[in-house]
Amino acid sequence: MIMELTTVWFALIAILWAGYFLLEGFDFGVGILLPVLGRDDRERRLLINTIGPVWDGNEVWLLVAGGATFAAFPEWYATLFSGFYLPLLLILVALIIRGVAFEYRGKRDGAVWKKRWDLSIFVGSLVPALLWGVAFGNIVRGVRLDERHEYVGGFVSLLNPYALLGGLTTLTLFTLHGAVFLALKTDGEMRRRANKLAATIGLPAVAIAAAFLICTAIIRFDGIGVGLFAVAAVALVAALVANRLGREGWAFIATGATLVLAVLGLFVTLFPNVLPSTIGDANSLTVHNASSTPYTLKVMTWVAVFFTPIVLLYQGWTYWIFRKRLTVEKIPA
Amino acid sequence: MDALDLARWQFGVITVYHFLFVPITIGMSVLVAGLQTAWVRTGKEQYLRATKFWGKLFLINFAIGVVTGIVQEFQFGMNWSDYSRFVGDIFGAPLAMEGLLAFFLESTFLGLWIFGWDRLPRKLHLATIWIAAIGTWLSAYFILAANSWMQHPVGYEFNEARGRAELKSIGAVLTNSTTLVTFPHTIAACLLTGGAVLVAVSAWHLKRRNQVDVFRPSLKLGAWVVLIAGVGVLITGDLQARIMTEQQPMKMAAAEALYDTAKPAGFSIFTIGSLDGSEEVASVRIPSLLSFMATGSPGGEVEGINNIQGEYEQKYGPGDYKPNIPVTYWSFRLMIGFGGLAMLVALAALWFTRKGRSTAPKWLWPAGIFAIGAPLAANSFGWIFTELGRQPWAVFGLLKTTDGVSPTVGAGTVATSFAVLTLLYGVLAVIEVGLFLKYARAGAPELPAEAEGEPDDRPLAFAY
Ligand code: HDD
Ligand code: HEM
Ligand code: HEM
Repeated sequence: MIMELTTVWFALIAILWAGYFLLEGFDFGVGILLPVLGRDDRERRLLINTIGPVWDGNEVWLLVAGGATFAAFPEWYATLFSGFYLPLLLILVALIIRGVAFEYRGKRDGAVWKKRWDLSIFVGSLVPALLWGVAFGNIVRGVRLDERHEYVGGFVSLLNPYALLGGLTTLTLFTLHGAVFLALKTDGEMRRRANKLAATIGLPAVAIAAAFLICTAIIRFDGIGVGLFAVAAVALVAALVANRLGREGWAFIATGATLVLAVLGLFVTLFPNVLPSTIGDANSLTVHNASSTPYTLKVMTWVAVFFTPIVLLYQGWTYWIFRKRLTVEKIPA
Repeated sequence: MDALDLARWQFGVITVYHFLFVPITIGMSVLVAGLQTAWVRTGKEQYLRATKFWGKLFLINFAIGVVTGIVQEFQFGMNWSDYSRFVGDIFGAPLAMEGLLAFFLESTFLGLWIFGWDRLPRKLHLATIWIAAIGTWLSAYFILAANSWMQHPVGYEFNEARGRAELKSIGAVLTNSTTLVTFPHTIAACLLTGGAVLVAVSAWHLKRRNQVDVFRPSLKLGAWVVLIAGVGVLITGDLQARIMTEQQPMKMAAAEALYDTAKPAGFSIFTIGSLDGSEEVASVRIPSLLSFMATGSPGGEVEGINNIQGEYEQKYGPGDYKPNIPVTYWSFRLMIGFGGLAMLVALAALWFTRKGRSTAPKWLWPAGIFAIGAPLAANSFGWIFTELGRQPWAVFGLLKTTDGVSPTVGAGTVATSFAVLTLLYGVLAVIEVGLFLKYARAGAPELPAEAEGEPDDRPLAFAY
């Protein structure tokens, strides 16, 4: 059977978000852990430099997810971003100050200057890590869409308990993912510290994620979705075990797998909706009523088929070039 | 102000701000790549110092270009949701291609360039900056294709039932005649801007007789780039004017505040008086120039605003189809004027430094320093002209700006985001300019001794 192109694009957007959570997830984690693990300036520089060459490329996964949504499901793009206006604004502000902070932090001496940028990195990582989860919680749960598919729910109703639990989940998972990443990318004292911290946040992370996944399965039951969540949960536990055993590579693969599987599970649960309406099923945005024409989807499919592998190759190559562990000694004083 | 006015102001301010940094990125990436190529080819130390110096300024600018771009990607959905629904089938495609083909390339290879000094073999490292530069050009092409479709919709069909424009030919959209002239015009303007950065910073140092061995060649390089790119801007601008007259005659008429069809039509350098056409107090006018710009022949006929207004009422129904005439009139002149100013300064710089001459008049250096502002202003006025001259249309002939705004987003919400972003951008501008000046003043760095050991084990060069 040939899959419908709308399904293909739904899957591609799911993959883009999964890639974004996998990659920028540890960037956020490193930013959140900056004040915790970095005890002096040199250590904080060490932490930032673990993601230095790659964070911008990781962020582009989000931009492409946004662009792909615009191209493949314009109605989804229009309703989602006009509806989630203020949270999105907060995320944008956070990403702006974080991005500038990476580039500008080291460009002046002075404790105040650095402290302010460190704070920007921390807040700029924490806010999106939390709000992306809140956003996805609302998408899966459904929001108030009227018969024109316009969002009419207001700002406060986005802060419902289930969505907030989603936010807490991404926040803790990203933090854990970041800690595991740091244990993999550093050596010596920092490696030990990151490893220990990962073990500490591991248990709360499991509890919160399990609660969120169970709530999701209750709100919108989907067999395959629940299956994916179950594997994600196993991967999360495996990550903690690997972390205990000091197998950092495996731990990182496992936290990465957790994030990817959880995102895929959410999208599978959502399908064929892209934004369900809590007012009435007829008002929901689905892959059918939100999509572009078959011609546009076909064009974009060819573009994606050709260029995605190339992007993966050179991004992978970058990670290979900068694969060595970093230590404080390698950071120029 | 209602949500529509606020959304328009927000779009204008946020986008023009983004486009202050974009031309410097596009222009300087090529210049830095060129300098690094010169170093790899000749091994001369001064080229390496120049590469590192200009590279640092380039990165300080690039950071703001990137973060302000993130807002651009989402603001169509936030403030212009009905617009997005109407154009998404067509407009989304180049936007998504820009991300996949251009942004990944730019960001990944620039990361490699920043952190790859001493790590990658020399030639491979050189390749990374060239690839990043190519990424910026690709990015410009796709976004300009998207914008050109709004100026001159092609390759589409209107679907009554869905109330939206639908793509029929991606080839037509990507080879839109408007794109084909807008792209070279914009790229030339960007190169001009990059050249002007070199001129300005070099002039500052030469005024103080600082590192003359580095900054004299930089000044000359920059000035040549300004001049050559400037000629390119003139030629492509002329082509653009002709295409625009065909596709958006109202914009051309508004650019001259020409109310009644004239043959031949003159071009006024400036006019004092009322621009609503009732009175003209004084003006300096070049006969037949507008005819030449619009049609390519000095005797050609140029349609006036009143005539076009009449035609549009018949075609599109009753309404006001005139853009804001004073803004259109003046932004067109200011674009050309500021660009010309930068070229004059470049010409003077080349003249007074010709053949190793070491005496230059005192005014040359301040003029050179201020020359950086001219292309930035010209770029901004160019966009203001292009976008405001298209009004009342968001997509010419298809969708009015008033019909594109988000119906569910209230004025308070837009005002909040406008205030937050403007404030944030203001703070960033102060910080950026401060850093730019600091590193510009510091001059070209002395080269450190070659690092020891295996490439992988050395301290990170250029690390954060
Ligand atoms: C003529 C060129 C041009 C124009 C008209 C625009 N941009 Fe831009 N943009 C660039 C040329 C560029 C660039 C040269 O590629 C930038 C500038 C600095 C940079 O870092 O990349 C960039 C950065 C940039 C980024 C960040 C990319 C990254 O993270 O690497 C985004 C998401 C956008 N832009 C999106 C837009 C949108 C949606 C625009 C339309 C309203 C827009 N830009 C106008
Ligand atoms: C960097 C390039 C661009 C610049 C500098 C620019 C500048 C402007 C300016 C000055 C306005 C007028 C705001 C007002 O009416 O007060 C405007 C409006 C607008 N532009 Fe552009 N623009 C750029 C690119 C684009 C692109 C690529 C698009 C494609 C979608 C676009 C779409 C719009 C829309 C939807 C509006 C709002 C309607 C309006 O008020 O004119 N612009 N832009
Ligand atoms: C004789 C000189 C020039 C002429 C005849 C000219 C012509 C034009 C025209 C007709 C447009 C509008 C295109 C449209 O709306 O379809 C335009 C836009 C623009 N111009 Fe110029 N221009 C000149 C000089 C400059 C200079 C010196 C700069 C900057 C350094 C510049 C930067 C721009 C920019 C950024 C735009 C908006 C993007 C675009 O539509 O290409 N122009 N120009």
